[in-house]
Amino acid sequence: MSEAQDDQFVVFDSVQKSYDGRNLVVKNLNLDIAKGEFLTMLGPSGSGKTTCLMMLAGFETATHGEIKLGGQAINNIPPYKRGIGMVFQNYALFPHMTVGENLAFPLEVRKIGKADREQKVKRALSMVQMDDFMHRRPAQLSGGQQQRIALARALVFEPELVLMDEPLGALDKQLREHMQYEIKHLHEQLGITVVYVTHDQSEALTMSDRVAVFDDGIIQQLATPEELYERPTNSFVAQFIGENNRLMGTVSTIDGDQAVVKLDNGAETSALAVNCGAAGERTLLSIRPERVQLAHEAKQNVTQAKVLELIYLGDHIRCRMDVHGDTNFIAKIPNAPESHRVAVGETIDVGWPADDCRALDVRSA
Amino acid sequence: MQNESTPEIPLAADGRPLEQSLQRALRAQKIRAFLLVVPLLVFVLITFLAPIADMLYRAVDNRIVSETLPRTVEALSDWEESENEPPEEDVFIALYYDLFFAAENKIHTRLGSRLNYQETGMSSLFRRTGRRVDRFDTDELTDAFIDFDPRWEDPTHWITLSEHPEFANQLPETAGVWDDWTQLLIAEEDELSEEEPEDLIYFALYRDLNNIGQPVALMDNWSETVSAAQSFEPVSLREQFADADEDWLLPSVWGTIKRFSPTITDGYLLNAVDMQKTADGIEAQPESRQIYGLLFGRTLFMSLVITISSILLAYPISYFLTSLPMRKANLLLILVLLPFWTSLLVRTSAWKVLLQQQGVINDLLVWVGLVDDANRLVMMNNQTGTIIAMTHILLPFMILPMYSVMRTIPPSYVRAAKSLGATNWTAFWRVYFPQSVPGIGAGSILVFIMAIGYYITPAIVGGTEGIFISNRIAYHISSSLNWGLASALGGILLLAVVILYWLYDKFVGIDNLKLG
Repeated sequence: MSEAQDDQFVVFDSVQKSYDGRNLVVKNLNLDIAKGEFLTMLGPSGSGKTTCLMMLAGFETATHGEIKLGGQAINNIPPYKRGIGMVFQNYALFPHMTVGENLAFPLEVRKIGKADREQKVKRALSMVQMDDFMHRRPAQLSGGQQQRIALARALVFEPELVLMDEPLGALDKQLREHMQYEIKHLHEQLGITVVYVTHDQSEALTMSDRVAVFDDGIIQQLATPEELYERPTNSFVAQFIGENNRLMGTVSTIDGDQAVVKLDNGAETSALAVNCGAAGERTLLSIRPERVQLAHEAKQNVTQAKVLELIYLGDHIRCRMDVHGDTNFIAKIPNAPESHRVAVGETIDVGWPADDCRALDVRSA
Repeated sequence: MQNESTPEIPLAADGRPLEQSLQRALRAQKIRAFLLVVPLLVFVLITFLAPIADMLYRAVDNRIVSETLPRTVEALSDWEESENEPPEEDVFIALYYDLFFAAENKIHTRLGSRLNYQETGMSSLFRRTGRRVDRFDTDELTDAFIDFDPRWEDPTHWITLSEHPEFANQLPETAGVWDDWTQLLIAEEDELSEEEPEDLIYFALYRDLNNIGQPVALMDNWSETVSAAQSFEPVSLREQFADADEDWLLPSVWGTIKRFSPTITDGYLLNAVDMQKTADGIEAQPESRQIYGLLFGRTLFMSLVITISSILLAYPISYFLTSLPMRKANLLLILVLLPFWTSLLVRTSAWKVLLQQQGVINDLLVWVGLVDDANRLVMMNNQTGTIIAMTHILLPFMILPMYSVMRTIPPSYVRAAKSLGATNWTAFWRVYFPQSVPGIGAGSILVFIMAIGYYITPAIVGGTEGIFISNRIAYHISSSLNWGLASALGGILLLAVVILYWLYDKFVGIDNLKLG
């Protein structure tokens, strides 16, 4: 029983949300979040991920369906009674209060005694290494410092669930990466459940236990970062997470999970049938650039390719070439001594294992 | 190497001190910026600051007395009101000369009105005496001179006398009066040689000839003239003035003239704060005439009430507007601004239609049965009317700054507060409200300062109980023509606003003022 409840700490049960009564922003969402899990909702803007978060926080009401927290339906519980910590995109630190007062605010409204309050504020500040900033105003802090304070404020009243709405969006790249690790470590230390919203796929992959990829109000795939990257189940996820080469074709034959696809230029290639429908249907082949094999390494699905452009990126070289008529076909050549070096204009053999070539659905858009 | 020897002064590439080069570079920018401001600066200076300065100066300006009665003011310097006696003959003589020319220039009534502000009755005193002053019995002396020598009737005879180099020395009073007389004729474009000299010139000559020490012959037959004049029957001007108006024997009349003879006076300002200058110094006005303190108090109090009611009405509206999407909010803002499309007078008159006892609101209440027909509500010609109408008229000035400040408060603050466990009320009061205070401050200052100087609305719906100090100022500007008092009242009002602004800055901080 309690085991089941731990797996279902947060439950979205066929939740729908519409703002205008005509279009659904969230379409039939079903999602279970386990206790202590770090779950990321990833998706482009307008995909419904933030709406889901706001429904969970209580700032939006679900048009249909039920949201449960710890086994209890919370649809009609006002936000201040839910006990959910939240970090906002712009931090939302109260500008007229000092850092200390900001942190004391959630404790004060919970009528916690002064001595207790001070102790908890201090502990929260030292947790984010901001001990000396108690009496500063938010405006006197840098973006990264404000971010830490916002985090501390969301954690100071020891909520079991913390929601984060693109909390690192306003920081520069280096600071963002640093904060990603800190948030991840805090999550591990405190054992809290985190629901994190972002549109940055690398952020999602770095931090999460599981990622829910949103698009068009639907969870396109819910999986671990590795699963998501290695085995996207549809073309949206394949395109949204990481880079991939796309070849259009028609399914010729299907044999179990193996398919033979006839490309638009007439050539045939074998692929892993993931989500491609029956023979005769259009399909999109997705091949990760780092799985493309060059020259003598190419064993399977070998074809001729003309090198169009080389971009030196330090740890690897991006090689753009013309493969089966697609002039944007990318291969990544690792910058290693044993790697095969190519030159622009050269025609070489390329190929890919059938397992790394995933035949996916064709999106109408 | 060179730079190392003088490290304190950084040098530009051309060897000049860097600071100097920087200022040179910035000068052109500053001049350009200044030139852009010049037209407005000149405009404001000419059409705004200069008139205000001039108006404010009128509050203390009192040149009229010493300019109209120069001789009298000088002669009065030896006289003390405390002796409780009318002044000596020489003061009356000085007044005779002054008043004659004032009456000829028709400015004696203006002086009378000026002094009437300080003591009632002065206006009619001056008007009556001014009519009489050229018919005083001094013509007896004129006749005596002409009887003695008919040439005195001839203006050219006088001109010959006045051209004598010793004229001014020997006959100082005559010379002074003669000068003013010639000035007067020039101003009236009359020919000096054709105008018969007035009685007062003969009178001045008589006076001079009687006071003369060592006579120098100014004309032929001079010593005979002197001795003849000394035998003429004297005329008492004190009696002449007393004859024209008994009041000239009252020391208080002369006291008033003497007290208000300096070119700068505090009389208007004292009047504006219900004080007056009497023989015993500065005292409070009699209770029945103390109105300005009450009016200032009422103006401040009612402006405060109007400001507070504007806050109470504008805050929820602004809050509501902020919660709307931009498109709808802008549409509603246009509705807020709609009243500005109609004249202030029209809006105020509309309130008159609504509020009067036979007006729309009363009719409605009677029809519904809430109010008895015999006891219709009195909502106009009192403070209630002024407060209702002015709150309505000034409301946009509260809504606009409030709205623009509230717009800038991101909704995430309140959400954050709620997610941290604050109830709706706590989130509003502890998080939202403090951030909206700058808007309230800006709106309040705007509305309060506008209300304090409001004029049309109280004049129309205020009756006597609901009028403001500005209505009194307008009255003094256009009806009583007591501009000195009007500008004294205006100056005090300005001072009150400046003090309030200073207090606001001290306790709230002007940096907290945001208009958007």
